[in-house]
Amino acid sequence: MSKANLLDRRKVVSTLLANRKDVVAIGGLGASTNDICAAGDHARNFYLWGGMGGAAMIGLGLALAQPKLPVLVITGDGEMLMGMGSLATIGLQKPPNLSIVVLDNEAYGETGGQTSHTSAAADLVGVARACGIGDSRAVTTMAEVEAFAKAVHDVSAGPRFANVKIDSANLERILPIRDGTYIVNRIRGDLGFQPI
Amino acid sequence: MHARADAADTASNWPDEIFATLQRFDVRQVPYVPDAGHSKLINRVLDSSTMRGIPLTTEEEGVALLAGAWTGGQRGVLLMQSSGIGNCINMLSLIPILRFPFLTLVTMRGEWGEFNPWQVPMGSTTQGVFELSGVQVLRASNAAEVPTVLEAAAAQAYNALTPTAVLLSQRLIGAKVFAK
Repeated sequence: MSKANLLDRRKVVSTLLANRKDVVAIGGLGASTNDICAAGDHARNFYLWGGMGGAAMIGLGLALAQPKLPVLVITGDGEMLMGMGSLATIGLQKPPNLSIVVLDNEAYGETGGQTSHTSAAADLVGVARACGIGDSRAVTTMAEVEAFAKAVHDVSAGPRFANVKIDSANLERILPIRDGTYIVNRIRGDLGFQPI
Repeated sequence: MHARADAADTASNWPDEIFATLQRFDVRQVPYVPDAGHSKLINRVLDSSTMRGIPLTTEEEGVALLAGAWTGGQRGVLLMQSSGIGNCINMLSLIPILRFPFLTLVTMRGEWGEFNPWQVPMGSTTQGVFELSGVQVLRASNAAEVPTVLEAAAAQAYNALTPTAVLLSQRLIGAKVFAK
């Protein structure tokens, strides 16, 4: 597989969130959750430190509950592979306000860089499309990232999926808050919900 | 293949009573992996204008979905059969960490006149797995007690954030009959 044109994950995520407005962003377990934090902590950031394979489904539940709100899941190839069935579940529900971005470095970067299935065989764009997510893109340039970032705000044309090939550089860890109850209640508060 | 051995409770309207309770508690998202014992309730949900039935490929998806739903201001309930809890275990860690209301209704296999030995290992550990994972277990063994048990389960799950599983016993739903 060609290793040319691999993008910088932090640049990709900061571009996706640069003009985020009312977007709720969910970061999958691993470096993706750190990338969201590196782009700037935000009351609508949902940082996952566990629940591997669950990021896209958290996005689906949120998108169905808040149909006018753009919901953006940003996760890694390993996390997405573990929850691959959720692409079929999302393809069936077709929430128009849900977008999923996979930062694909073809490796389990957090655990020593072991190669993942996307390095040689698995094609997540093909999987997403075959599961019924018609707008599924293989992204290799920053111009395509910028176009996707704009599309995220269109809450009538999703669901959409992008697989972004990134380089496997191990970057400085920017650790987000990890109190899950605080994270959820901060988002709920920002959406106008009261504590129980 | 959907035949059930216990005609008395199968003929009763306990799934309608479950539906009514869920409606009263303003449940909006109903993720499920189908089970014959849940088929009537699933049909009620799919026909409903206030609830959304969401078929899953595996039960753990439903745990994560309910976390997202709550973050977005909606309550949900996860429908599965007893083998499904085995597919959920790691995802159940989201419940105490994120502290969202968790209610699951579980149709039991592997007990009360079970024909299929393959259902027994998971069916006989269902309650233990829930309890080890921090989910409180209530059980309904006959149609008469379904409304009371459901009411208590929904109240403690949604009002007190007590993670709760209701086991709908095979005695209630009827042992599955495998006709040749």
